[in-house]
This record gives sequence, structure tokens and C-alpha cells, in this order.
Amino acid sequence: MAVEKHMRQLSKKNLAAADAPFFIGAGAYRHHVPASVDHLIQRGEFLTAYTPYQPEIAQGTLQMLFEFQSQVARLYGCAVANASMYDGSTACWEAVAMAGRVTRKKRVVLSGALHPHYAQVVRTMAKFTEDEIAGADPSLTALPDDDGLIARIDDNTASVVVQYPDILGRIPDLQRIADAAHEKGAKLIVVNTEPVALGALEAPGNLGADIVVGEGQALGVGLQFGGPYLGLFAITDPKLVRQMPGRLCGETVDADGKRGFVLTLSTREQHIRREKATSNICTNSGLCALAFSIHMTLLGAKGITALAAENHRLACIAAERLARVPGVSVLNENFFNEFTLMLGTDARQIVRDLADRGVLGGVGLGKLFPDVDGLKSGLLVTVTETASLEDIESLASALEEVLP
Amino acid sequence: MARYFTEEHEWIEVDGETATIGITDYAQEQLGDVVFVEVPQTGADLAKGAEAAVVESVKAASDVYAPISGTVLEGNAALEADPELVNTSPDDEGWFFKLTIGDHDELEGLMNAKAYKAFCDSL
Amino acid sequence: MNQINQSGWKPGTPVAAQDGGDHPTVTGNKALMLEEALIFEIGGADTCGVDLAETQTDLPSRMGKFARKDEIGLPGLSEPETVRHYTRLSRQNYGIDLGFFPLGSCTMKHNPRLNEKVARMPGFLDVHPMQPANTVQGALGVIDELSHWLITLTGMNAVAMSPKAGAHGELCGILCIRAALEARGDARKVVLVPESAHGTNPATAAFAGYETEDIPANADGRVDLDALKARLGPDVAAVMITNPNTCGLFERDMKAISDAVHEAGGLVYCDGANFNAIMGRVRPGDLGVDAMHINLHKTFSTPHGGGGPGSGPVVLSEALAPFAPLPFVEKKSDGSLRIVEEENMEDQHASAFGRMTAFHGQMGMFTRALTYILSHGSDGLRQASGDAVLNANYVLRQLEDVLHAPYGASGPCMHEALFGDEGFADGFSTLDLAKGLIDEGFHPMTMYFPLVVHGAMLVEPTETESKDALDQFIMAMRSLAQRAKDGDEALLTAPHHAPRARLDEAQAARKPRLAWSEANGG
Repeated sequence: MAVEKHMRQLSKKNLAAADAPFFIGAGAYRHHVPASVDHLIQRGEFLTAYTPYQPEIAQGTLQMLFEFQSQVARLYGCAVANASMYDGSTACWEAVAMAGRVTRKKRVVLSGALHPHYAQVVRTMAKFTEDEIAGADPSLTALPDDDGLIARIDDNTASVVVQYPDILGRIPDLQRIADAAHEKGAKLIVVNTEPVALGALEAPGNLGADIVVGEGQALGVGLQFGGPYLGLFAITDPKLVRQMPGRLCGETVDADGKRGFVLTLSTREQHIRREKATSNICTNSGLCALAFSIHMTLLGAKGITALAAENHRLACIAAERLARVPGVSVLNENFFNEFTLMLGTDARQIVRDLADRGVLGGVGLGKLFPDVDGLKSGLLVTVTETASLEDIESLASALEEVLP
Repeated sequence: MARYFTEEHEWIEVDGETATIGITDYAQEQLGDVVFVEVPQTGADLAKGAEAAVVESVKAASDVYAPISGTVLEGNAALEADPELVNTSPDDEGWFFKLTIGDHDELEGLMNAKAYKAFCDSL
Repeated sequence: MNQINQSGWKPGTPVAAQDGGDHPTVTGNKALMLEEALIFEIGGADTCGVDLAETQTDLPSRMGKFARKDEIGLPGLSEPETVRHYTRLSRQNYGIDLGFFPLGSCTMKHNPRLNEKVARMPGFLDVHPMQPANTVQGALGVIDELSHWLITLTGMNAVAMSPKAGAHGELCGILCIRAALEARGDARKVVLVPESAHGTNPATAAFAGYETEDIPANADGRVDLDALKARLGPDVAAVMITNPNTCGLFERDMKAISDAVHEAGGLVYCDGANFNAIMGRVRPGDLGVDAMHINLHKTFSTPHGGGGPGSGPVVLSEALAPFAPLPFVEKKSDGSLRIVEEENMEDQHASAFGRMTAFHGQMGMFTRALTYILSHGSDGLRQASGDAVLNANYVLRQLEDVLHAPYGASGPCMHEALFGDEGFADGFSTLDLAKGLIDEGFHPMTMYFPLVVHGAMLVEPTETESKDALDQFIMAMRSLAQRAKDGDEALLTAPHHAPRARLDEAQAARKPRLAWSEANGG
């Protein structure tokens, strides 16, 4: 009882998203999670099971993983998805490593508008693997700088990493970038941090992506201050499956001829290949994959389409309303549920002032890109179905108050 | 034609300037059900002892080394669709790759069928 | 054999069941054991279990030409159908909640439900990682308090909290070591790993750009100190050691090993997967360890969740602390907490080797682990590790007359008991015994690991099990060991009572079917 009290006190020192008009995204998204998701993942047979190495008594987890892989593959427009990675940022690095194995090249071109934390993870790992990282600062333009990105691709390029929608909320032209990358023998890696967007936007796999990775937290998982989250990883060419990292679940039959599922192609993994493994990943995000899969099952094609439409509708309303605040303009020509406001002053201070008024109003780009002076006045605002019209009005009027 | 064997349980069938390489019946039995074989690219130059192919069972992955040096003429494309040929016909249809022989002297140190049988019996 | 889609009933498809032994049913179900089809076979594109507004088609769009054109092809189920689908699936799973889970090296202990309750408090569940620091002081407080506990329990200097799981923590530790060596201009190439190591160890070292070499073990299953000393030199960056090791033995020479490695200019990584054996009793910091990851999902009772999420904080020595990755939590002079990351890394953190993950680590696991630690207190944690070791020794001594115990004579084991398959009848393997254990209602032990023992069986009972539970397990193991020695043929086709018989793993790997498609489905 004393422990519970202590933890409750710590909990109360946080401002929960539900208790404020809430507009923060930037790689983690607040969506309504149906109550049955949390109920089902707490069943002891899921919660307290181990990795399904004994398939005869783990068909529940295995069938769920097969369904999860199939759902992710379809959402991404890919042929094969794995059974999850730690989170979007580590999945992004694993994709870069895989593209290096497949192309046997060492140069990686990062879009300037890739989530800077993801770029940092890639840079960190590349220091040790001696991959060459060609990055850039994000351009402060209404559309992503696809031309600048394409210009940096050369014959030594193993992969091109582009976020869709990007960190400023803009939507890059994937097909153009894919064509340019493929012409130079490079793989296109598409990063998606908001899976709900793919209920409305074309799937990256249909636009020329070779590897699609992302953060799955937005469906079923909850914000949880950054973790545990859910790394998604999928590829369009099934012939490359043996170069994929992470666990894979596959269909087979048992000795009586009944359909069943097993972890398969495990010779790629650390416990067998040891120093030659495709990744050192072992434990992944099984329970988060279950939450994602249940939420996706509750939605279905109809639900994810409607959810995406509602997000976009509210984001359009918010962009239109916020642009009417004096001194504020919207940077983006296109967006899904996230866009960048230009405030004319350091947005980080504005975010703190908004928080003092009980509004969690977004992320100042100076926090994400501390080294790029030109971005400091940008405020990244995210609008999901959890925001009401009143919340949008609260943000607009609070902005009017705090802007100099 | 002459057939040679290595201590790594590979066989080498020599026909003029061409050598065909596979793994022995003993090796496939040790591996169990073979599920995947990766053969070398045509045209690859292999030094003796270099990693040439990978053979995988459900629970294990093993490298197959070039027993002699040479240039790869052909990998066995049939293994891509039917890796189980390594189990059902290790000495024949389950061959891995063909080489042009770089140096006939390298065949000197290899075992013949009788010596290989004795070697297996000693294991 | 051609009826591979016999797993469930679906609308419009009568199932001619062959199943049910002497008493077949037309559905394939067996009373409480219900077969379940895939969502792709029972769901529909127009079914939705969530109450959402109808999509309006005449809305303004800011998505330009990128709007989705094709069908997504994702099946939906209604809420009651969804609840049934996953409830039925769950019943085909074994979990600790159901019974004994003696999986060696994995520490499957009871997951207290208070942990789950606390993790779902809105102040923890519903906060964003990029909220302003003054709105998340409680979350930062959890990280700070847990850090303090982990540092105290291990006798180390600092802790990097962000790694997402054990293997991720290993990578973090090895990267700290590499950064520290590079900072002193001393590039070294080799990491030494014992033969008995977890597979993640050599994989991690390779990912960090190192070559790995094996360290031999001596006859009683421990690191051969003399052989190790002979190998040390200016090219050895680090030694990765698991202590207690994967044979379930405490490395008594650990301090001597660390001293020798340090003298040769290298650093010591300890795999903390087996910390449950020594928690509250031995501080790795006192043994000269420079870096060790802690699996919160093993030692500190956060649930395994069918394969994750885990959490792998890494405790660091004074030598490595400056190189810890971003972000981390720091107490300011006014007592408030802040996050140190790229935005505000000042001179004293400039040597951080980089970033391992997007945000702060596995917060949801931190709240659970802290709840577990506070519930036990330091004396309770010490009691837990003692009970875990006592349970393992009880299993070892109760089984060593029927199962080969390779290191049984070298004294007590730590928290896991190791057996081999010596003495089984021809054609009978550890796998057969394990599958027999399934029929007896237990989850099998870890098999064929460590690799140094033929047909290894690694049993880790943890402190969770009562003597009665252990006695029942021992009874089952004694019976199975005897059947394996006697060559009881029925064991070769076990399990007979599980939801599935043995699965064809060769077919799964030869012709991988990794996603559902209309062509190969129903």
C-alpha cells in the first residue's frame, strides 16, 4: 500500500496528456486506444509467456505474430514484415545495416527531414561500423527538398533514408526518390513514425520503397513517456528475406497435418549465427505487437481509413485556425496530421509558456535541431482524433496570449 | 574422372579442368533437414579455404569452404527451389558449385574414397 | 496431410474434423479448447469494432497527390469477435500464470500485478516523451530513483537507462568501452568471449566492429584463468563474461580476471542476465566490472510478454561513465530533474558516444521494476536471490542420480541447474524429454544451451516456486529421464496433449510463408 501511494505521488507530478489540450507528436502519437486492447494484452497467457520457442504450447503468440506480420505488410504495401523491433529508431538503423549487406556499399544518404533522433541513432551506430553518413539540415520550405536529396545520391550509395510524412509534417514524393535511388543501385528506406497516416496516404511499398520501417506505437500502445514502443520492419522483395533482422513467424503443419505456426529462418539470428548474425536483437516488442495487432483488428480497413480521415480533418481545421493567429503562418503545403507553424520567435520558450497555461502545444524545432539556428522559430503541431474543437481554440487563444 | 574428399566433408569431382563440389552423405546426415543453400556467384575467384557457400538446416548454419582455388563456373540453381536435394542426393543432384581448377597441385593433399571412409569411421 | 487449414471453423466452410481421437467433433473443437481461424479468414473489410464517424468524402485535403488509391486489405472484427479471437488464441499459450516455467537463463519469475496497476497510472501511461521537463518531474523521478537502486545494488558509478533490452544494453556497454578506448587513442581489435556465452555476446561484439575469440573453460566449467591471462595483450579491448556463468556456476576468479584484464589495458563487460542469483549479495562493481546490463524483464519481474518488450539498463564504472549515451536524467542544484540530450549537452557530457534510441528508454518497464524493488526492499531482494539459488540446488540434488549433472560434483550451483543427455537410449534426445515435459503440464527447460554440454538442459526455477511445485516437477523429470533411458517410443512423438503436435520446422524454413495471402490461405 505504501508503495502504491509513493508511485501515485510520482505519477501525479506529471501532467497527463488527457488533462490538457494536447498537440505533441514528433515520433510518438496520442490516439484513442479501445478498452479491449488493454484488457486482452493483460491475459496472463500473453503477458507472462516467453518467446515462442516451444511452438506446441505457444500457438497463441505465434498465430498473433503471423497476423501481425501480415497486417504490417499490408499497411506498408510490402511482401514480408518481421515480428517487431525495439522501436522506430532502432528499426531505422537495422534497415540501413541490411541495405549495406545487400548492396555491399557503405554510403548512406539521410534526408535532412528525417527525425533527428533517428538520424542520431544511425550516426552513432555508423561510427562503429564505419559506414559513411551523408546527412543534411532540413530545408525550411513548404515542400520537402526532394531535389536536394536526389542530388546527393551517387554510385557508392547503399541506401537513401527518407521519412514519410517527414519531421516537419510534409509529404515527400517517394516514387521520384525511389527511381533516382534505384538508378544508382541504392535501396530506398522509407521511415514512417505515424502508422495512422497510412490509412490515408499511399503505402510506401507501392511507391518504390525497398525497406519500410517505422514506429508502431500510435496503434494500441500508448505514449508511456517514450517506451516500450514497437519497431516495424518490412521489405518489398521477398527474396531478400534472409538478410532481414529480427524474428520471423511462418506457417507450417504439425505431425497430424494441422496448420500451425513456428519461428522460422532463425539461422539468421544471434543464438545460432553468433558473430555472423544479421542483428544482435533477441528480445523484441512482442506484447506491443499484440496491442498493435488487436487495435488494427478492431479497426480493419474501414476503421483505419475513417480514423485517418478524422485526423486529417481536424488537422486541416487546426492549421486554418492557427494561421489566423497574428504573427503565425503555416509552413507546409501538404501534411497529414502534423504541420509546422512559423512563429517568428524561439518556439521552445513559447512551448514552455503554453505549458504554464496548461496547454501542451507542440514541439519547438530548436529542441529537435539545436544546431540549426534557422529552425528555432518553428513549432511542430500534431492534431489527432483526441483533440476537440475546443482544444484547438484553447491552443489558438493561448498562442495569441504568449506570442510577443 | 576422380573424386576427392576433404576433412570438412566436401567432395570434389574432377573432370579435366573442371571440379564439381558438394557435401558428403555423412555431412548431410549430421546437418539434418537442409532448408537453404547459398551458392557462390558465377565468375567469383575463390582462394583455397575461402568461404564459398552456406548451408542451413533448421537449427544450424555452416559455411562451405573452397577446397581448392579456382573460378566459379556455375552454382547449382536447383538448390534454391529444392534445398532438400542435399539430403536426398548429396553425391549427385545436390552438388553446390563448379570451379575451373586453378592449381592441380592442390588436389594432392585430399583424400580418396577409401581414406575418407576410414576418416569418417574414426570420428 | 493436405488439409492444412483445419485450424478453425469459418463461415460457410463446413469442417470435416478428423480430430478428437476416439471422440471426433465436427468443429474440430474440444470443449474448452477452441480452434481459431486467422483474422483474414473471419474478418471483413467493412467490419469495424470501433465507433468512428462515417468517413465524409467531400472533405478538403492537404495531402495532394499522395492520397491512398488502392484498398488496404486489412480485415476488421467487431469488438465481441475481437475479444473472442484473442481470448481463444491466448488459451493456446503457456505462461507463468499457468504453471512452472523453468527456462534457464531467462528468469521467468512471477510478475506481480501491482506492477501492472502502477504502470497504468495516467501520469505514467499518458505522458509524451517530449513534454516540457516541468510537466514530467514524476516520470523523471521514477528514472532517477530506479537509477539509484541499480547503482547501489551493483556497486557501480553510473547507469545508462535508455537501452531497450538485454542485447541492446550489451551493445551500449561495448560501445562505451570502445568510446573510452578510442578516447585514450588506444584502438584495440579483439573481444574475448567464453565458449559458454549467450549468442548475443559474440553478435554484439561483431556489431560494434570487434573480432571475437573464445576463452576456454576449465574442467569444472569456469573460465580458465591461466589461458585467459596468456591471451591478454595490447590488442584485447575487452573480455565479456557472464557471472554467474551459463553453466550455473559463480566465477570465483572474477576479481583476478578483472585485475588481469585491467593490467593489460582492457575493460571488463559482464553479462547481467543471471543477476537474479546474486542480487543483494554480490556487487559486480566490487569485482572490477566496468559495464553490465541488467534485464529488468528477468531480475526485476517485468513481464516477458511473449518475447518482449524488455529493458536493459547498463551500469558503468567510473572509467566508462563519461561515455554513456544520451539522453539521461540529471538532478539540478535546486533539486528538480532535467533531461540531458543533444539540446543541452554541456562540456561535461561532451564525450557521450551518441544515442541508442529515440527517447528515454522503457519507461513502462521502469515503473514496474521500481514498484517491484520498493515492494521487496533491500532485504527482500536479498531473500529472493537466496531462495532462487536454494531452489536450483534442490532441483540439482534431487535429479543428479537420474540425469547426468556435468558440474554437480564441483559444489553447489547458483540459480540454475545444468544437466546433459548422457545415458539416454539410442535415438532419444533432450528434445524428446522436453516435449514430454509439455505433456506433464510444464514448460520445457532451456535446451542445447550452453553449447559446452552435450544435450544441455538448463533449469532455472527462480524464487517463485514453492517446494510442492518443485517436487511435482522433480517427479515428472525423474519419470521422463527414466523413459528416455528405457527408450519409451511414445516420448519420440510427444507432446500428445498440446494444442499442436510437433511442427514441421523444415517445411517452414524451406518454403517460407510469412504473411497471409488469398492464394495460400483458406
